[in-house]
This record gives sequence, C-alpha cells and structure tokens, in this order.
Amino acid sequence: MRFDDEPVGVPLRRLLPLALLLLALPLLGGCNLVLLAPSGDIAMQQRNLLIASTALMMIIIVPVMALTVYFAWRYRAANREAEAEYDPEWSHSLPLEVVIWTAPLLIIIALGAMTWLSTHLLDPFRPLDRIDAQTRIPEGTRPLEVQVVALDWKWLFLYPEQGIAVVNELAAPVDRPISFKLTSSTVMNSFYIPALAGQIYAMAGMETQLHAVINKPGSFKGFSANYSGAGFSQMHFNFHGLDRDGFEAWVAKAKGGQRLDRAAFAELEKPSEAVPVRYFGSVEGGLYQAILNLCAAEGRMCMHEMMMIDAKGGAGLDSHANRDRLRYDRVRDEAGHGAPTVPASGQPARSDAPPTGTNDQDSGRGGPAPPQVQDR
Amino acid sequence: MFSGHSLQQILFGRLTLEAIPYHDPILVVTFIGVAIGGLVVLGAITWLGAWGYLWREWFTSIDHKKIGIMYMILGIVMLLRGFADALLMRAQQSVAFGANEGFLPPHHYDQIFTAHGVIMIFFVAMPLVTGFMNYVVPLQIGARDVSFPFLNNFSFWMTASGAILVMMSLFVGEFARTGWLAYPPLSGPAYSPGVGVDYYLWALQIAGVGTTLSGINLVATIVKMRAPGMTMMKIPVFTWTALCTNVLIVATFPVLAATLALLTLDRYVGTNFFSNDLGGNAMMYVNLIWIWGHPEVYILILPAFGIFSEVVSTFSGKRLFGYTSMVYATVCITILSYLVWLHHFFTMGSGASVNSFFGITTMIISIPTGAKIFNWLFTMYRGRIRFELPMMWTIAFMLTFVIGGMTGVLLAVPPADFILHNSLFLVAHFHNVIIGGVVFGMFAGIAYWFPKAFGFKLDPFWGKCSFWFWVIGFYFAFMPLYVLGLMGVTRRLNRFEDPSLQIWFLLAAFGAILIALGIACFLIQIVVSIRDRERLRDTTGDPWGGRTLEWSTSSPPPNYNFAFTPVIHDHDAWYDMKRRGYERPLTGFRPIHMPHNTWAGIVLAGLAMVCGFALIWYIWWLAALSFAAIIATTIAHTFNYDRDYHIPAEEVVRAEEERTRLLGRA
Repeated sequence: MRFDDEPVGVPLRRLLPLALLLLALPLLGGCNLVLLAPSGDIAMQQRNLLIASTALMMIIIVPVMALTVYFAWRYRAANREAEAEYDPEWSHSLPLEVVIWTAPLLIIIALGAMTWLSTHLLDPFRPLDRIDAQTRIPEGTRPLEVQVVALDWKWLFLYPEQGIAVVNELAAPVDRPISFKLTSSTVMNSFYIPALAGQIYAMAGMETQLHAVINKPGSFKGFSANYSGAGFSQMHFNFHGLDRDGFEAWVAKAKGGQRLDRAAFAELEKPSEAVPVRYFGSVEGGLYQAILNLCAAEGRMCMHEMMMIDAKGGAGLDSHANRDRLRYDRVRDEAGHGAPTVPASGQPARSDAPPTGTNDQDSGRGGPAPPQVQDR
Repeated sequence: MFSGHSLQQILFGRLTLEAIPYHDPILVVTFIGVAIGGLVVLGAITWLGAWGYLWREWFTSIDHKKIGIMYMILGIVMLLRGFADALLMRAQQSVAFGANEGFLPPHHYDQIFTAHGVIMIFFVAMPLVTGFMNYVVPLQIGARDVSFPFLNNFSFWMTASGAILVMMSLFVGEFARTGWLAYPPLSGPAYSPGVGVDYYLWALQIAGVGTTLSGINLVATIVKMRAPGMTMMKIPVFTWTALCTNVLIVATFPVLAATLALLTLDRYVGTNFFSNDLGGNAMMYVNLIWIWGHPEVYILILPAFGIFSEVVSTFSGKRLFGYTSMVYATVCITILSYLVWLHHFFTMGSGASVNSFFGITTMIISIPTGAKIFNWLFTMYRGRIRFELPMMWTIAFMLTFVIGGMTGVLLAVPPADFILHNSLFLVAHFHNVIIGGVVFGMFAGIAYWFPKAFGFKLDPFWGKCSFWFWVIGFYFAFMPLYVLGLMGVTRRLNRFEDPSLQIWFLLAAFGAILIALGIACFLIQIVVSIRDRERLRDTTGDPWGGRTLEWSTSSPPPNYNFAFTPVIHDHDAWYDMKRRGYERPLTGFRPIHMPHNTWAGIVLAGLAMVCGFALIWYIWWLAALSFAAIIATTIAHTFNYDRDYHIPAEEVVRAEEERTRLLGRA
C-alpha cells in the first residue's frame, strides 16, 4: 500500500471546496444576480422567502458540516488522543435519537408554516393587494390586463385595454398592478421575467394567470423557461418598466402598426426563430378567446362550444360531424416515411440557411414565412 | 394491399440512407471511433478465442454475481457516452455567446441534452444501482442466488437492449429533441414527427421491462430467501435500502410503462391522450411521468445511502449508530416519495393549497434524510476511522449532499420555486444530489466491494487521483450553475446574449474537464489494479474488517456462495460471528442444488431489440416477425426441463479446501 493513512489530506480536502467558494466571491460582485435584487414586489417577496428559508436551514446544515469535519478529523485512526474513546459497541442513545429527529422536525415545522402562508399569499392567481412593502393599492385601481400567447418560438402580448398587440416586447407602467392571462398556441412554455415575478406555464387550450407589479423603471429580460423546441433559445423579449408618459408613448408607437386579424395571426403563428419586435395597432375582436379555445384558424370549432354541447348532454351521433372541425394539432405526415429526421423548423441539420417556418401540410395556410432577423 | 407504397417502404419502412447522419462531422468522427473501438474489442475476443467462454460463463450465466458485474460494466460504458454528451454541452455553452452560435445547432444540441439525461438516469445510474443490489444482496442475506435466476439474466439483457437502442439512435436516425422526460405536446406526433421520440419510447419501454422484473426478483429474494435467524430487524442496512428501492421499482415502473404506452398510442395509432386535440391533456402526462419520476430519484439514492451505511460503520470500526432509526428513516422515505411528485411542476398552475401540500410533504422527507446524516455522523463519533477510498467518498458525500439537500428544500417552497424552476439553479441542485449522492455512492461501493468480486483491492493511488478530480471537478462544474441560476439563466439554452455570463460557463467547463480526468483515473485504476493484482491480492475474503455476511466467504465467492447456510444472530452477522470465535466447518459438505445457465434471456432480449427497432422505423413485417419470435421462444423455453443441477460434494470440498489453504497462508 502506497498511500495508506494520509492524515494531512483529510482536512485539506474538506477545506478545498470552501476555499474555492471564497475565491469565487469577488466574481459574484461583478455579476447581476437578478433573483437576489429584483425590481418587482412579487419577485422581491419571493427573494425574501428564499433568503429566510436558507437562513433557517443553515441552523442545521452548518453544524452538520462542522461536525462531519470535526469527527472525521478527531476520530481518525492515526489520532492517539482519541484512542481511549474508541467504543465499537456504542450504537444507541435515546437522547441523541430524540435530538436528531426533533431538530429537523422543528425546522420543518417552521418552514412548513412559512410555506403554507407564503404559497397562499404569493399564489400567481391571486390579485395583488399591495404595490410594494409600504404601499397598498389605492381604491378603484384597475390592473393593466395583458394577454400572453406563447407561439413557436416567440411571445405575443395583447393589451385589450389599449387595443394593441406586440410580438417579443412587453411594457408596463411602473407601480400599476399587471394581470397576465396566459396561453399557448402549441406546446408548453413558461413565461418568466426574473426581475418582475416568478414564472408560470403557458399551455394550449388552457389559461393560467399571473399577477405582478414592477416598482422600478428599466428594461428587464423575459424569456421562456420551459424548453419548447428548436427556436427555444431565442424565445426572449425585453420587458420595459416605464413611467406613465413613457407607457403612453410606447402604446402610441404600437398603434402605428398593422391590424392583427385572424389571417395575420395564422401567418404569425407559423414556427419561426429569433423573431424581431413587431407592433400591431389594432386587434380583431375575440382573437385571444379564439386562440385560447383553439379556434383561431378558419373553420375550426371552439373548445368552449364543444364543451357547451357536451354539458347539455352531447350531440350524439351528430357530433361526428364536428370532429374534423375540432382537430387542432397539425396532422402528422400520415405516410410516416417522409424525412424522419428533419428538424421541425424545416431547417436542415447543418446549413447556412436562416431558420424558416415549417411546411404546414394540412392546413393550406400557405404563404411565405414571416420575416427573419438574424442579428439580435 | 400495399398500393401507394414502394417496395422499399415495405421492406425498410421509413429507414432510408438519408437517416444516416454522414453529413455531420461530429457524428462521423464518433462513429469511426466507436467502430474502430468495437472492431478492436471484437477482434481481440475472436483472437483470444473467448467467444465460447463469454457465452458460457457470462452471457448465459444466471449467477447473480456475474449478472451484477455485467450490470456494472454496462453502467460504466454508458457513463462514458453520457459524459461525452455532458462535455459537448459544456463546450457549446461556454462558447455560444452573442454572434457565435457555437458548434452545435439546436437540432443536434437538443438531442444531446435529452440523451444525456436519459442515459445517465436509465443506463448509468440504474444499471449501477441494480448491479450492486444483484451482487451484494444475496451474499448479505446468506442466499445462493436470487429467487428467479433466469429472470435475472433476462432483466439484465432487456436493460442492455434498451441501452443499445439508444446508442443506435446516434448513428441511425436521431434521438428525441424533447428533454429527458419528453413532455407532450412537444413529444407528440404533431410537434416531433421524427424517429427520435420513438427511439426514446421503445428504448425505455424495453429497458423498463428489465427493471420491473429485476425489482420483483429482488423483493422476492429479500422477503423469502434470508438465512435462518435473519428477522426483518436483522437485515443489513444495504439490503434494507435495496428492499425499499425494489418495492419502489415494482410500484412505479408500471406507471412509467403505462405513461409511455399512452404516448406511444398517441404517436402510432392517433389517440389523443396528451395532444391538444379532442380533449387530450398534456398535464396528465406531466403528472403521470413524475408519479414515476420522483420515486425514481429515491430508487437511485436509497441504495447509495445503504452503501454509505455499510462503509461508514466498517471503516469507523463500529456498529452503525441507530440501526433502528436508520431502517425507519428508509421506510419513511419510501412511503413519502409517493406523495411529492407535484413539486416538479408547481408552476403549472395548481392552486395554492395543492402546491403547499406537496411543498410541505417534500420538506418532510428531509427529516428522515437528516436523521440518516446524523446517524452516519454519530457512527463516526468514538470510532477509529480508516481513510481508505470508500470512506473518503463517504465523507465527500456527507459534505456535498447536505448542500444539495438544502437547495432541494429551497426548491420545495413553492414561491421560491417560481423563481428557480427550470433554472440552472435547479440543474445544479439535482446534479448536486445525484453526483454528490448516487455517483459518490457508486464509487464508494465499487472501491468497497471490488476486492470481494475479484479477490484483489483497487489501486489506492489512482483511486485517490480519481476521487480528487471528481470532487473538485464537481464543485467547479456545478457551483457556477447555482450562481447562473440566481442570475436568472434557464436550462437547455444553446446560446446566450449576455457576455457577462461566459466566465461562469467557462468555470463549469473547467470542472467538467476535471471530472473527465476523474473518470480517466478511474479507468486507469482498474487497468493498473488488474496488472498489479498479485500485489493487491486479498486471500482472506475480508480485507476491510467487514461486518456483514458477504465478507465471510472467499473473494471471489464460489458460485454457490455459502457451502452451509449461515445462521444469523445480529444485523452485523459476520462481525458477530468473528466476535464469537466462529469456526469455518471443514467437513460434512453435501452436493449443492444450483440453477443451470440458459440462452433464453439474451435471445429474447435480442429479439425485443429487433422488434423495437422495427417499430421505430415502421418496418411492420419485421416487428410482427420478431414479436412472433419472442412468443415462440418464450414457449420453447418453457419446454426446457434441464434447468438445474447439483454441484457434486467433491467439487465443494475442493473449493472449500482451497479456501482453507489460502486462509492458512494469510
């Protein structure tokens, strides 16, 4: 045996990670830990919870780590001092057992209580009752409503109050509560602006909600936090916290855009990557509800219509006629042998060609893919 | 009947030359490397004339020890593949900033992170854990084999078939681009029309059959085959954790099979379980897959806990502190692991009460886990700790795992999870517990039981090199990811805008390189140990001063394990026997009844793999044919009555006398 009993190596090894962490600390100063310094009240409360839970757990983690190091060092075989203490049969101690079960239990009771309260208070579906730690929401304040649609692979934001829609850019006035309603046109995504509030999934045929408020003006990153396919990495946008005038100006700029009707939406909905910001000055009535009910395309039947029929007892055999009108997901290549390895975006595995829309085989919603921008 | 289909489609389904990714230089180089390596191995076996030996002694073996070793080899080989994926990801993420797109387009990168997750969980961690349980459990409970030896061989080959299918996807077609759990609708036919998800489904389905059957087998073994005197509260801790793990396997893998089957139906026959269409609901899949997925985490970690328990007590030269509370903690974790699955998707929009419930149940698991940590701690207290390799891994585990446990509890607080979900913080957390827990445990176990399996210790120098590279590499690779998570960086991105992130990714890549060195040192350690086996030889069968029954046999144990079934009085049975001045019986040996080797397992699993391949590529005739062949082979095997034999008493005498001679020399 060459390297038996290496007492020096033992403490060094355990100190190393710690030393490395210390070395890393100056690096931390230079970077933007947005989760620890957010600009929205909800994210701020979530951060406080993060810190409080960490502190609570440190009560037990730190002694455990210290004891591990101490015991490993103290009771090493080479240590003659501890020789007398050696007791190969010692394996039970009721007081110790009580402590090792109750100490974590007490921590978890405290943490559990915190969890129960904070989960209810910070439920994303729950309307806000404060703007920040000091300010309650004034009577009669109407939140800014934003309808969010996750598309392949960009975000569409509809502002029903302002009558505008924007692709890949979001803005809200500072200190005004925002009420997000979210859905998706195809696969699951997660809507996340770390500086503003925690995330929530956006899923097709379903609506989730998020309530938040931005307290500081500025431009913040937003993105999808749930992998959704080829264009996922560039499915991000800027969120602008603006003062009242700034927001008005932003809305006015958007007003200059085209109209978002069903035809324009059908075009927009096609898969595309790295999509530039795009403004729509007006929005066809009921478009969001149609997207939510999977019937934005021509000739589709809305889910809520079908649900109504079902709720009334169903249409029996007649409902067969509705089936095709309810089909939503693109019908896959029935022959099943056409290019089983080509990416969904239609882009070959290796090519210089810019990513383009997929070939929509069933819907006949042809036409060129939306314009692409490669520089960000 | 086949109108509209060309002959080629009938013969080859959707498999065409286009499916071979010869245009991708990375894959071509990999393929050439694998092909050369494979040819060298096959050539060497042929040159040595070892095919007959391998077939008779290994491939068809129903000896739980050999099957256990084959599981370990499978796990280590697949670790190399899974880790190569990790290196590619780290490389891509450390260069793809701003205008630089890196060297992996999304089409390739997305397959890599999916394959990395699938391979590491299903084909690295699972085989390693199952390998340990297979090897150690019968020895620890004083049994001669598992309850169903043929089933054991079949289970192994089914797992291997699944692994081979995943490897095939590298060179024929592609793998899934969905993430390792293949959430629909993305994994549905509309959004993933290719063969990738089909490879995923059939590989997991085939391997899952093996895992489920192996779980049934080990539960039956532990429940029915313990040596006389070994009551439930005298079962060694590793076997206890193995029992709980296999109960989890038996209860949860059918859920996985059903979930994947439903997705398969969606993809193959056009049902709408998880589509957006016609009342399908993807949230159901997410729930179902995590009802399997969370217990799976404990399936992996419980046996590692068992290994640490054995190691810490052996190398502290002391009884395990709080055996009873250790057992109850294990059972508590087993039960609670079914009540926490929703914490993987707090952000899917459940109500606050549902989220709180699952958050709090998750935290409750940390109580028995904490009790375990304390038990190991107090086992060291007043001990005489020898810092051999297994013990070093154990200390590294205790220090690393508590960090992972803490971040895990953070993620269990729903409002905190809303900001951390799917971030690199989460990625750092689960690598912190899987590497810091499962992988460290596997290495501790390998160093600990290797001398039992092969009769010589592993070389400590290269083992320590491997240890240091792994541990330091782990901290370099994953601490930066915690930081990036706090910077709001999400997972599975293949390019970044913000150049200030790059330094962290470079640090993580450096860590990955250290881990690569750790793996290299581990492989060197094996080679060096085989070369120096005479120097490292252990003739006692008990090189560490062990406490449980496996150390009472020779190393390697004879294929019948125990000439006489031992009688148990203590959960540290061998320690107890040594203390009472146990005398090995030297006479009175009788013939031993043993099961026969069989070809059926490898043949059935091979056919299952062909069937899976045919289904993936829509080669219907081959699928039907191989399925029929599976049924026919199964029926044929039932007519094989030559299933058992007796090892003659003379042979037992010879083996035992050899052991007596070696013991006398030592």
